Amino acid sequence: MYRKLFAALVAFSLLVVLAGCPVPQVVEKEVVRTVEVVKEVPVEKEVIKEVVVTPTPLAKPFEGVEVNILTFTGPQIAEPLQRRGPDFTALTGAKINVIIVPFSDLYQKILTDLATGTNAFDGFVFAPQWMVDYIVPGYLEDLTDRVANDPAIEWEDIAPFFRDFSATYEGRIYTIPLDGDFHMGYYRTDLIDTPPKTWDEYLALAAQFHGQDLNGDGDPDYGSCISKKRGAQAYWFITSIASAFIQSQGTSQGAFFDTETMKPLYNNEAFAKALEIYNETTKYGPPDELNLDVGDTRSLFTSGRCALSLDWGDIGTLAIDPTISVVQDKTGAFILPGATEVLDRATGKLVPCDETTCPYAIDGVNHAPFAAYGGWSGGINAAADPIVKDAAYAFFSYMCQPAQSNVDVTIGKTGFNPYRTSQFLNRQQWVEAGMSPEAAANYLGAIEDSLNSPNMVLDLRIPQNQRYQQVVLDTAVSQFLAGEITLEQCMQQIYDGWEEITEELGRAEQLAAYRGTLGVKK
Amino acid sequence: MQAERALENPNGRWHRLSEWAERMAGNVFIWPAVLVVLFLSIFPLIISLYLSLSRFKFVKGGFEIKFVGLANYAKLLFGSERTHFLGLLATPSPLGWLVLAVVAAFLLRSLVRYARRETRSLGGLVGRILSAAILSFGVWLLVCTLSKGGRPGTLVVTLIYVFVGIIVQYLLGLGLAVLTTQQLPGRRFFRVVFLLPMMITPVGVAYVFRMLTDTDKGPFRPIWQAMGLGLFSWVNDPWGARAAVMIGDIWQWTPFMFIVLLAALEGQSVELIEAALVDGANRWQIFWSITLPQILPVSTTLILIRMIEAFKIVDLPNVLTNGGPGTATESLTLQAYISWRSLDLGGSAAIAYLLLLMVTFIGMAYVNLIRSRVAEGG
Repeated sequence: MYRKLFAALVAFSLLVVLAGCPVPQVVEKEVVRTVEVVKEVPVEKEVIKEVVVTPTPLAKPFEGVEVNILTFTGPQIAEPLQRRGPDFTALTGAKINVIIVPFSDLYQKILTDLATGTNAFDGFVFAPQWMVDYIVPGYLEDLTDRVANDPAIEWEDIAPFFRDFSATYEGRIYTIPLDGDFHMGYYRTDLIDTPPKTWDEYLALAAQFHGQDLNGDGDPDYGSCISKKRGAQAYWFITSIASAFIQSQGTSQGAFFDTETMKPLYNNEAFAKALEIYNETTKYGPPDELNLDVGDTRSLFTSGRCALSLDWGDIGTLAIDPTISVVQDKTGAFILPGATEVLDRATGKLVPCDETTCPYAIDGVNHAPFAAYGGWSGGINAAADPIVKDAAYAFFSYMCQPAQSNVDVTIGKTGFNPYRTSQFLNRQQWVEAGMSPEAAANYLGAIEDSLNSPNMVLDLRIPQNQRYQQVVLDTAVSQFLAGEITLEQCMQQIYDGWEEITEELGRAEQLAAYRGTLGVKK
Repeated sequence: MQAERALENPNGRWHRLSEWAERMAGNVFIWPAVLVVLFLSIFPLIISLYLSLSRFKFVKGGFEIKFVGLANYAKLLFGSERTHFLGLLATPSPLGWLVLAVVAAFLLRSLVRYARRETRSLGGLVGRILSAAILSFGVWLLVCTLSKGGRPGTLVVTLIYVFVGIIVQYLLGLGLAVLTTQQLPGRRFFRVVFLLPMMITPVGVAYVFRMLTDTDKGPFRPIWQAMGLGLFSWVNDPWGARAAVMIGDIWQWTPFMFIVLLAALEGQSVELIEAALVDGANRWQIFWSITLPQILPVSTTLILIRMIEAFKIVDLPNVLTNGGPGTATESLTLQAYISWRSLDLGGSAAIAYLLLLMVTFIGMAYVNLIRSRVAEGG
């Protein structure tokens, strides 16, 4: 009985196992064999064979490679990287991941990622003035050879200032410029015939139009819109005002520190005047101007609510976007206003402009356009895998190449402004983007005026410049604007804070670095 | 066989081993938990203490932590960060001097009374002198920074957030709790509605208030325009901005007070109230003499929990005003965060440690002076 049961179980198990096995199937295969037939044929005449080669598609060079790029919370700057990422993937196979953080976190996020060896990011799009803090410890990849072997990038077409200031450190290339930045003034051409030449004229115009309805919606609007938010991208504007009062002897004179002693130049009559002007612009601005970032003031200007504004090149291109702008062909750009009095560095007092004190003055007005920020640029993590570094470089090169760049700089939402010589010379692309020829000439002319000024003020590029500007200067100026401290206390706070950093990092080293940066080619 | 014999023999090796294992069992079971607590809580505290005594610097190939002693603390209390941390000190007004004099007299009286007690101890006297000194310093700081020409630093701003916020939250929470214990229509619905703000993430609350306080584009714009205040923003003014932060904080945390006090009110003894009603007591007398003493122990614990939490306020001022205008709305935690963001890790840790010391001191003083008396009274 048990034997029968056992036999039945074994038989059943075998059946189950067999059922689980794949059943052999008869497959019909078409076998194609190449048969070489050798047949000797007497040659009577020479036959030239025409061989038609159909190329097989080449494998994409970066198939399967992922590149993580860190930049700031846009939408500008991140937008073109995100938009062109898929196109680049289609071309090369490399997937571009754009990771964004608030602007105020970007500097330290990059530094901590690199210094702690986390290396979560392969590339960075950041402020080129910070590059010194990343290059000296050896965190950024030297791109000099790559650029030299990359004709597609058309390096010589990039304006010399951006090649030098935004891309190069001690003769080596470390970043690829994607943007060109200058502070400029903007005005409503339908309201103002002649843009202000001096800061006094700026204030007078702002006072004149403040409280008037400038866009026809029945509500009172503003004479001047300037971003003044702390911890944002606003801390450059005070330098834009102060520059004309502090620097008058050409770019190499510098506008931040005395080039002999490294003592700050922000505690004297010139900077006091700048603070007074800056504070007065608040009277003619939006009620919550102290909490506005540049994105806010841009949208206020393009919605027709401001008679005047200060900004990088962005308002010019945003103003032609019909989806957001009501000031198309009503927007003019101008070089930053100047001053008729400048700083006598020996006494700390303001003295009138003359041929000696203001050798570059135009009609008695000393202009000192401020190359604030320099323009967003892409750098590569030296610790990334070689193939990833290649892919990251290829992506930055792709973004920088005229085919992409010439389009991107004409689109307001990209945040990219012109930085190639061809972008200044070829105005057709601007007209195609929606600018009238007059507006294009005006916009590009203002940038060129700034770029060509012999008295252009270079942004700070010494070690830990972020602490000098984004921490000490930003805090003190915002406290002054909020009425928390007096003008004198503000200047003293900046002076003490900057001195403290200089002492900590070494006066001689900082002075040498500062002098070095003032020798930047233009 | 030998082992069995050893076990049978009370002086045997196995027996001693067994006894030792029995004694050590407690330690063996508790040590993993102790190690976890040490690893997650005590070690970070020690490391951050060391960080607060050092300067963090990036160097080639990594970073360097250089010991600088008390330099970070000196910078906050006496150096370039003093006005930011403590504020700008002005000469007190006559009213300020009066407040200082009253507080000093009160503290002196307390010390003398303690010194005359028979049960006094040296430790107790030293502790009270220290507490009186710190309290005097706090009041002096408040008076000087709030006087004309002064400006409160992050320390004073945080104290204002904590004490003004908690007082208002407690009063509102208690009021709402009393209301919802009444037999009013829709009270169940409102119990849920009153809880909603607490459920929202603080960042969400901050964004809501950012929108509400925007007089140019916010929902109150028509009202501002109608009042002729279209070109005025109250968050541009330091005190207006601080008020905005406090309103947001009060809106968010009143429900916490409300729900705990509601439970306390519903748990109070009904017999006492009924007896008081029979004796002819009115509503106010019942509340003041019966209800309040019954909910006082819960209230003191509630205030302590909320106080410790309130000292750490960061999200609202960060999102709502970004610490501005200027540094007007910056709390201690936000200052520490901004310092950390600026890679001043030593300075950030020093602020965090001073905050820890302050919270510990105020918490202990509160427990010793108020809560213990309430408990004794109960």
